[in-house]
Amino acid sequence: MLGYALRRLLTLVPTLLAASLLVFLFVHLIPGDPAAVLLGDSATPEEIASLTRELGLDQPLYTQYLLWLGNVLQGDLGTSIFFRIPVTAVIADGAETSILLALMTMVWIVILGVPIGVVAASYRGTWVDQVTSGGAMLFASVPTFWLGLYLILIFSVTLGWLPSSGYPSIRDTGGLANLRYLLLPSFTLAAPNAALIIRLVRASMLDVQREDHVRTARAKGLAPWKVSVKHVFRNALIAVAAAFGFTFAALVSEAVVTETVFSLPGIGRLVVQSILRRDYPVIQGVILVIVVLYMVINLLVDLAYARLDPRVSLK
Amino acid sequence: MTRPNTDASDLLLDMRGLTLGVATPDGILPVVQDLSLSLSTGETLGIVGESGCGKSLTSLAIMGLLEGTPVRVLAGEIFFRGRDLLRLSPRERRAIMGNEMSMIFQEPMTSLNPVYRIGDQIIEAIREHRPMSRRAARDRALELLTMVRIPDPAGRIDSFPHQLSGGQRQRVMIAMALAGSPRLLIADEPTTALDVTVQAQILKLIVELQKDTGMGVMLISHDLGVIAETCDRIAVMYRGRVVETAGARELFQDMRHPYTRGLLDSIPEADEDVDRLSAIPGRVPTLDETITGCAFHPRCARAGAGCDSDQPALTAFAPTHFARCHYPLEPDA
Repeated sequence: MLGYALRRLLTLVPTLLAASLLVFLFVHLIPGDPAAVLLGDSATPEEIASLTRELGLDQPLYTQYLLWLGNVLQGDLGTSIFFRIPVTAVIADGAETSILLALMTMVWIVILGVPIGVVAASYRGTWVDQVTSGGAMLFASVPTFWLGLYLILIFSVTLGWLPSSGYPSIRDTGGLANLRYLLLPSFTLAAPNAALIIRLVRASMLDVQREDHVRTARAKGLAPWKVSVKHVFRNALIAVAAAFGFTFAALVSEAVVTETVFSLPGIGRLVVQSILRRDYPVIQGVILVIVVLYMVINLLVDLAYARLDPRVSLK
Repeated sequence: MTRPNTDASDLLLDMRGLTLGVATPDGILPVVQDLSLSLSTGETLGIVGESGCGKSLTSLAIMGLLEGTPVRVLAGEIFFRGRDLLRLSPRERRAIMGNEMSMIFQEPMTSLNPVYRIGDQIIEAIREHRPMSRRAARDRALELLTMVRIPDPAGRIDSFPHQLSGGQRQRVMIAMALAGSPRLLIADEPTTALDVTVQAQILKLIVELQKDTGMGVMLISHDLGVIAETCDRIAVMYRGRVVETAGARELFQDMRHPYTRGLLDSIPEADEDVDRLSAIPGRVPTLDETITGCAFHPRCARAGAGCDSDQPALTAFAPTHFARCHYPLEPDA
């Protein structure tokens, strides 16, 4: 398994190269001039030209790419045009919020998605199933920004239980109590994905229930809950594990909206703002990090898959 | 070979008037009707019939595995060691399942859970009914794998099902069924999905285990050849009813029902130069077709007056030989 993981990590290299080229080209396709944006309306053409030269943006595109790539390979993602500090530092600032948000979101997805899916499958066709499946459908269709705004209205404005926006870093306040700032955003982000997992868990439980080996388990005289947990759920998990990879991909894009709604200083909002500022190095850096993360998560999902299903051999 | 069932204490399984029905949009259709059969300790009872005759459903009803199917018990009693299984609570039934009574299925390829090692699946069956340490259960599992002649049991116990052949998987299924030292083993088409050479080995294994343990065996098959080789007594089913039942030798020497004859004639014999297989004309009627009288009469060459209107009663031809026919075959002269 270790050998497989290493080989998979090696295949990341060409994928990353291709991704970096695409990212670089697309970023430079965004119309607008960073120097002009940076200097504001009062800048003279001479000032803009001089800043453009300073930033190296007057070079041919392939030279810019090779320079950037050379630096990236040395772990240097460049300097932010807007902040005038290294891109790695800009990303590190947003990472705390985004990582904690992602983790809390995954916790919500697991604690809501899996048990409710199991219950819906166990009570198939009853009102329990109808309520949970209907609820899942509802949450899957509600747009993230709408749900976020309503949660703010209920829990922050009306009830006053939870903060409506922002997130102070743990490094500054030194307490995990900050996590309550992320309760609403993470639930907002989790809702549509948890709904998907509910439906998936339910469907795969029902699929597995029809398999012959479940009848064998019942023929052993096992109590129904043991059959459900040890035999049905354990097999249903194989399909669900694969879905967590997709869920992560969805989180990355949905986080942009959620971080904006809740004014969270995370990576998602950073990307949006950097695009508005034409801050090429930051956009490129963040997207590259997301691509790496995405590929690593997919590798982890494949490894988990092989652990869950002995028929899958990693070669 | 044939044991008369006079000694009541020997009686392991006694089904009386078992009737099963399947709920459909058009109402409840009977799939097994008024079935009465019994099985004694140490006896092997074969149930034979074409697919759809209700033989598998009967076995699922005995085992208590009809839940999850659209089939329900409508009437009848199933006495197992003196207790009516149909009157037990689910918990009481589960205490019997996989313990005093166990079952092996047609599809060894899919009947084992693909994600667990075979040893763990056998250990689960052992510990469900007999609390013991994992280590002791593992030793017992090794013993069982040896009993069913898995080559290199110690090396195989940690295999996953997909690493075994069909025949080996069926041996594992048998080992699992033996975990509780059952009094009754129900084998539903245990060899149908296997290669012919492996079929014979598995049948031989079942027969030997039956002799060693003295358990009763109910062997269900569509193949009269398989049944003939292994069973003490045979019941032939057609469309949900027993049409003939007799000791194995008795049945082959003196069969009375035209359907039994038809089944026997359908077995090709290797030493005969047969140009074409002899088959029973027609097909098994579907469930929603109503046939009055004897269900077999549309396919029967001997059908005569009354066959299309009166259901023939089970008639005794010998103390242990019954058939349900208005115009039974004459014994071979």
